[in-house]
Amino acid sequence: MQINPFVKKRRQFIGLTIILTIFTFASIIITEYDVVKGFTSAPRAINWMIANLYPKEEALKNLPRILDKLGETVIISIGSTTVASIFALMFAILGSKTTKVNNVLSLFSRLTASIFRNIPIVAWAMVLLFSFGQSSFTGYLALFFVTFGFLTRAFMETIDEASFSCVEALRATGANYIHIIFQAVLPSSIPQIISWMLFMIETNIRSSTLIGILTGTGIGFSFNLYYKSMNYNAASLVVISIVCTVLLIELLSNYIRRVIL
Amino acid sequence: MVLLDVKNVSKRYKDTKALSNVNFSVKEGEFISIIGPSGAGKSTLLRCINRMIDANDGEIIFDGIDVLKLNKRDLRRLRTKIGMIFQHYNLVYRLSVIENVLHGRLGYKSKIDGIIGRYSEEEKEQALKILEDLGLGQQIYKRCDELSGGQKQRVGIARSLIQNPKMILCDEPIASLDPSSSKVIMDQLKDISVEKGITCLVNLHQVEVAIKYSDRIIGVNSGQVVFDGPSRELSSDTIYAIYGTEAGNLIVD
Ligand SMILES: Nc1ncnc2c1ncn2[C@@H]1O[C@H](COP(=O)(O)OP(=O)(O)OP(=O)(O)O)[C@@H](O)[C@H]1O
Ligand SMILES: [Mg+2]
Repeated sequence: MQINPFVKKRRQFIGLTIILTIFTFASIIITEYDVVKGFTSAPRAINWMIANLYPKEEALKNLPRILDKLGETVIISIGSTTVASIFALMFAILGSKTTKVNNVLSLFSRLTASIFRNIPIVAWAMVLLFSFGQSSFTGYLALFFVTFGFLTRAFMETIDEASFSCVEALRATGANYIHIIFQAVLPSSIPQIISWMLFMIETNIRSSTLIGILTGTGIGFSFNLYYKSMNYNAASLVVISIVCTVLLIELLSNYIRRVIL
Repeated sequence: MVLLDVKNVSKRYKDTKALSNVNFSVKEGEFISIIGPSGAGKSTLLRCINRMIDANDGEIIFDGIDVLKLNKRDLRRLRTKIGMIFQHYNLVYRLSVIENVLHGRLGYKSKIDGIIGRYSEEEKEQALKILEDLGLGQQIYKRCDELSGGQKQRVGIARSLIQNPKMILCDEPIASLDPSSSKVIMDQLKDISVEKGITCLVNLHQVEVAIKYSDRIIGVNSGQVVFDGPSRELSSDTIYAIYGTEAGNLIVD
């Protein structure tokens, strides 16, 4: 009787391993992926990158334009994250087990968030392209939707984790719903919420490169342009500046996290 | 005078009967311990009284009010008169001691005052006085996550006292504390009940603590009251009836 859960766990583990192995082999066969060739071609790719993907001096004259586009990208990701997080917070409060108003609203907000989260960002960008054309606004909206979906889920878990017990205590004192949100839920989850926002800003700078390629805006557009015109030196400068920006933002947000947590 | 009357209260979860036909009444100023094995329904019973959990059947009369019939607004008003203390303190740990204590006043606040946390001078003075009485005068502006377990529980007590409650419900207030902090907390609860005449209903795991502090003990087993009487009447036979097996280990004298 007592050993049962362990046996069950072991069986699940073995079962999972078998299934994963089958999947791996099946997908190798279906996609005709040559494992050996996959590994042997890696050095060639690296060699090509070393030979072509480095910024030459003349590429540096593109730097101001690249930085300009980079600035646009950073602003779009910060903007989409902050606005999305406001909506996400409202939906998270309605959806969370701890703070839900009623089950219908909770289900509605969970479902909405789930839909926005599970449609890939590329799909959002393509769909929005039809309605808004090639503009920064399209990129902004695509980032906004996915960020909203993701943050709603993250905030919901934060709220449940950080404030379940004090919400119970304040309910027992006779405090009003809105008092509980402002006096217990927000104070106890704000650091985590900010932490998630910083994470999303980093992520969005990375994804906006891809979005930019599709929507013809921001840093992704620059990269695409240089790459297609075979100006690999300038393209590499774009990549390097993206990496630097992301690292910088990461450093900054780690610092902020240390201060607020 | 009877403050609380619990009549035929039952609570079912899907396949478990957490409470079945529980009956007892509490006089004003009484200090009552509820004891029983794990899963007996002690927490459920306590939470049915202030409707943190809704009972399925029965009647609960508190201070002349039929608790189970209240609408949301009246329920909140009722809850301001009932303090609650938890095993895990349930404070907002990132806020200061004084802010946590003042949370006990939220039930009396208008919407906007509660949202921005605006409290009157009298309320702040009362909070300081309570904190000093409980020996937390030095900790007033500390963040609650910097306190020891015993200190956190005293903040919990302060938060319920500032409600000016008629009764305090305590769900295993000392289960996470060492013996010396446990004694401080139990002494303070006893003081509150003796000096301010506040009725205390305390869930406890330690039989000897229950005997030492309470006027009356209610023994619960599998959702039923199996003993209800003065602490001195608690014999080894009744302890056996409450806890079932292993009762021998629990008897002190
Ligand atoms: N939310 C719930 N859903 C389903 N069953 C529950 C729930 N809460 C409690 N129970 C069941 O109700 C019974 C009484 O639980 P309760 O928490 O009141 O016990 P307790 O006497 O407080 O135990 P302990 O001393 O361990 O705290 C238990 O059998 C428990 O499993
Ligand atoms: Mg319990």
